[in-house]
Amino acid sequence: MIKVQRTKDGKLILSVQGELDHHSAPVARAEMDQALENHQFKEIVFELSGLTFMDSSGIGVLLGRYKKVQSLGAKIYVSGANTAIDKLLQMSGIYTIMPKADKEVS
Amino acid sequence: MFRNKMQLKFDAISQNEGFARMTIGAFIAQLNPTIYQLADIKTAVSEAVTNAIIHAYPEKEGEVELNASIEGTVLTVEIIDHGVGIADIEKARQPFYTTAPEEERSGMGFMVMESFMDSLEVTSKVGEGTRVLLRKNVETYSAKGAV
Repeated sequence: MIKVQRTKDGKLILSVQGELDHHSAPVARAEMDQALENHQFKEIVFELSGLTFMDSSGIGVLLGRYKKVQSLGAKIYVSGANTAIDKLLQMSGIYTIMPKADKEVS
Repeated sequence: MFRNKMQLKFDAISQNEGFARMTIGAFIAQLNPTIYQLADIKTAVSEAVTNAIIHAYPEKEGEVELNASIEGTVLTVEIIDHGVGIADIEKARQPFYTTAPEEERSGMGFMVMESFMDSLEVTSKVGEGTRVLLRKNVETYSAKGAV
């Protein structure tokens, strides 16, 4: 459920597809961790435009990846969240540690 | 006043989280909710059902009940399990409180339910189970007569 893309400038883009809940979290987590192990990166972007549903289980997955790469000094961004998911991300305060990529880029 | 109700019972397994969301979404379609109201309700129900699936039956199989009713434009959803119950509801409802941090649980479930719905009530008895009651007025502009 994760599409992985690495740009020339060292950005690792993890595009999450489908629904991210407690049921799908283990798969998302494993696929993300595999991508983090297999690639070198300076920045990580969680690209959520293909994500149709997410609840607080998804917040747990994003925070867990943040904790994993924190020691590497890589920056993490979130992009493409739909209105409902954006509301959840706002509420969780996750944007304070993973800002919206769209804002950072422009 | 328009009234309708439905009852659903399913196994407490994670495969049914999506099923519960789809079902509540289909049930409230008759209220003509906005996509934002629909997303709020599906997310809140997903949180409650997930809590029951994760916590209610640590050592045995069990079932989760999802009862929903509509009265006028007010939706009431009840999520019931007959599992271990919650000893300290106040503590469980605290933002970011979790009993499963190693499983990367965020501890935000009740916080999401509370902020996405109009009201949240939790009653529980240790050894008997937990009942979560969610309520939301799904009033839209079209329901008031405007388009």
